[in-house]
Amino acid sequence: MTRLVQDSEIDGFKIGPRIHGGAMASIYSVTYADGRTALFDMVMKVPLMRSGDGGENIVSFEIEHQLLQVLHGPHSPRFVAAGDLSRVPYLVMEQIQGETLESFIRTHRNQKQALSIETITHLGAKLAEALHSLHQQNVCHLDLKPANVMISKDDCMVLLDFGLSYHAHYPDLLAEELRKAVGSPAWIAPEQIIGVRGDPRSDVFAIGVMLYEMTTGELPFGSPTTTGGLRQRLWMSPAPPRALRSDCPEWLQEVILRCLEPQADQRYPSASHLMFDLRNPNQVIITERGRKIIRKGFWWHFKRWLKAAGMQYQASPLPSEQISEVPIVMVALPNNDVSDATLYALRQATIRSLGTRPGAKLAIVTVINTGIGAGSDSNQSETLLQRQHLASFKKWTEGLNLQNHQASFHVIESSNVAQALLRYAEGNKVNLIIMGAATHGLALQNFITTVPISVAMRAPCTVILVKENLPFEQIA
Amino acid sequence: MKLALLSDIHANLPALEACIAHANAQGADQFALLGDMVDYGPYPAETVERCRQLEQEGAIILRGNHDTCPTQESDADATWGNMATSWTFKQLNQDQQAWLAQLPLTAIIDNVFLVHATADAPEKWHYIHDERLASRSLDAASKNPEIRYVFGGHVHQQSLYYRGSGNRLMLFQPKNGIAIPVGTHRHWLATVGSVGQPRDGDTRANYALLDSETSQLTFHRVSYDHLIVAQTMRDLGLPEALITRLESGR
Repeated sequence: MTRLVQDSEIDGFKIGPRIHGGAMASIYSVTYADGRTALFDMVMKVPLMRSGDGGENIVSFEIEHQLLQVLHGPHSPRFVAAGDLSRVPYLVMEQIQGETLESFIRTHRNQKQALSIETITHLGAKLAEALHSLHQQNVCHLDLKPANVMISKDDCMVLLDFGLSYHAHYPDLLAEELRKAVGSPAWIAPEQIIGVRGDPRSDVFAIGVMLYEMTTGELPFGSPTTTGGLRQRLWMSPAPPRALRSDCPEWLQEVILRCLEPQADQRYPSASHLMFDLRNPNQVIITERGRKIIRKGFWWHFKRWLKAAGMQYQASPLPSEQISEVPIVMVALPNNDVSDATLYALRQATIRSLGTRPGAKLAIVTVINTGIGAGSDSNQSETLLQRQHLASFKKWTEGLNLQNHQASFHVIESSNVAQALLRYAEGNKVNLIIMGAATHGLALQNFITTVPISVAMRAPCTVILVKENLPFEQIA
Repeated sequence: MKLALLSDIHANLPALEACIAHANAQGADQFALLGDMVDYGPYPAETVERCRQLEQEGAIILRGNHDTCPTQESDADATWGNMATSWTFKQLNQDQQAWLAQLPLTAIIDNVFLVHATADAPEKWHYIHDERLASRSLDAASKNPEIRYVFGGHVHQQSLYYRGSGNRLMLFQPKNGIAIPVGTHRHWLATVGSVGQPRDGDTRANYALLDSETSQLTFHRVSYDHLIVAQTMRDLGLPEALITRLESGR
C-alpha cells in the first residue's frame, strides 16, 4: 500500500499526519471525518504490503485484528475499526499517550544515566502486571520488546503490536508444519526458536531480557542475525548482571536469571509470580544464581552446547492448565486473640489447598490493627515487626510441606484489617485467600460486617473461610 | 445470516429440540440439517416429522448414510447396528421413508458448501479423520470459487480445519461457546459434531453456528435430559451398546 495522503478520507476516517513509519506498518493519526468527537485519540495502523511480500505480513495483520477485538482492560489499546483485508487493510485503535519503553531506555542511555534499581523494579513489576492481564485473557504476546511497550501518562504499561501473538481459543494462523522461529531476535525465547508457540513463559523470558537490558545496558544474548547466533541462548548463560553492574542486588539478579532460564519450566510459572517477587524483594530466595559474579566457565558451556547442538534441547511441555492453576495462595494469619484450634484449622485448610496445586506460591499475611491500639507503636519499622512475627509464622508453617512451594511472610500495619487484606490480594494478584471465619463476631454480624465477610464480599478471587469445630450453642 | 448447523441427530428428538431452542436463542435465521436424522435413537418417526416441519419453515436438509433403508432385508440378529436399523425403518411409514430417500446429498447456500460426509465423494461416506481427508473435501468444494466454508457431520466430533502459514491444512480443536473468527479470505472446513449421539466423552448435544455477517463460527454444546432418552431406549429394548453410548457420551 502506498503512503496515505494527509486530509484524505477512508471509510469515514480523516487521515492526519503520519506519526510512525516502520518496516511492517505505518501509523497515522486519524479523526472522524464527519467531525464527531472521539472518546479518545485514535491512530490508524496500515500494514506495508508490497508485491512479493510474503503472506506473513498479512497474517500478522489478521491476528492483530482478531486480538484487538477481544482484548480488554487498561493494558492494550482499545479497538475502533478495521478495513477489509481485500480492499484497504487498516486498523483503527486508541492512541496511547506516553512514551515507549524503548525511547525511555534510550533517553537514559544518551544522558549516560543508569536506571536506578528502584525504577527498574517498578517498571518490571508494571510490565509483569500488564503481561499477566494478557495471559489471563488466554493470549501470549510472543513479541515483547521495549518498542512494543508504552508507558502511558498515568504510569500504566500498555502492550502493543499483537501481530505475532497467540490466542489459545483460536486457530493459530502462524502455525505451520515446518516450524520456524517467529519473533524479534534479541528478546525471543529459546523454545520460540525451535517453533513452539503458545507458552506464556516465553513472554516471561522476554521480560527477563528487558530487565537485563535496563540493569546492565546490554542485551544478554546480543542481537543475533544468524540461526547459529539465535540458537546460542539454548545453551549459553549470559554474564551475570552483577558482573556488569556492581550495585545490582543479588535478589534482582536472581529474578532476572530465573526469567532467562533456557527451559521454560525453570522460569516463573506465571507473570504474577514475577510481579510478586519484584514487589517483595526481601522475600526472594537467593540461590547461587543470584550470587554469582563470574559467568560459567568454558567446560560448563561446552557441555550445554554439545547437548543443544545434538538437538537435545527439549522444550518444556506447554502448560496444560490455565495459568491460574499455579496460583498465589494467601493465608491471613491472626496475630492476637487466636486459639490453637483456629491456627490448626487454618493450617489444615492450607495443606489441602496447596496439595492440589503444585508450584503454588504461599503468601502468609498478618495485619496488625493499629486502630484498636493492640499493635505496636508506629515507630517500629516493618522489618522489626516482621522479625517479631517471623518466629510465630515459622512455627505455624511447621507441618506444611513447602518443598514445591515458595513461602513468604508479610506484616502489614493498618487500622482497617479487611481493607489491608483486600489491597494486598489485589496488588499481588492473589488467586485464593484462606482465612478464619472469626466465629466470635457472629452474634453481631447482622449489625456490623465482620472482617471475613467484607473480605469475602469484595475479594477479587476465591475466599476460603475456615471454621474450627465449635459446639453448636457457641456459634448460635 | 446466522446459519445453525445440526448433524447426526439419530432419532434423538429431545436433543434436537434442545439444539433448536439454543440456536433460536442465539438468533439463528437459517437451519441446515446435515444428515443422519434417524437410526440408533428411540424417536425415528417423530424426528422425521419435526425435520419435515423445519423443511417447510425453510431449513436445508441433507441425506446421510443412515437415512436410507438397507435394500436387502437385514438379518436382525446379526449385529446391534442392524438390529437398530431394522427397528428404525419399521417405525417409519412409506411416506416418511420416501421423504428421507429423496433428500439431496449436498447443498450450497451463499459461500457455504454443505454435505454429510465429504465434498469430493458425498456418496462414499468417507470419514474425515485427518488433515489429508479434510483437504480432499475442501479442495473439491472450493473448485467453485464462491465457496469459503465446507460444513459436514458424520464423524460425531467437533473439529475445525484451516490453513496456517504453510500450505497444508491444520486441525484445530474448538472450545465450547467461543466465537472463532473465520475470515472469508481463507477456506475453512468444519465437522459440527453430533446432535443425538456425541462420541467424545461429553454427553451434551453438539451443533455449530456460523454468523456470516461477522465471519465467526461458534461450536456449541447443549445439555438435555439424555438419561431419559437412554431409559426410553431401554424400555423399547434397543441394543445396550447404543444406550451406554448415550449415557457416557462415548
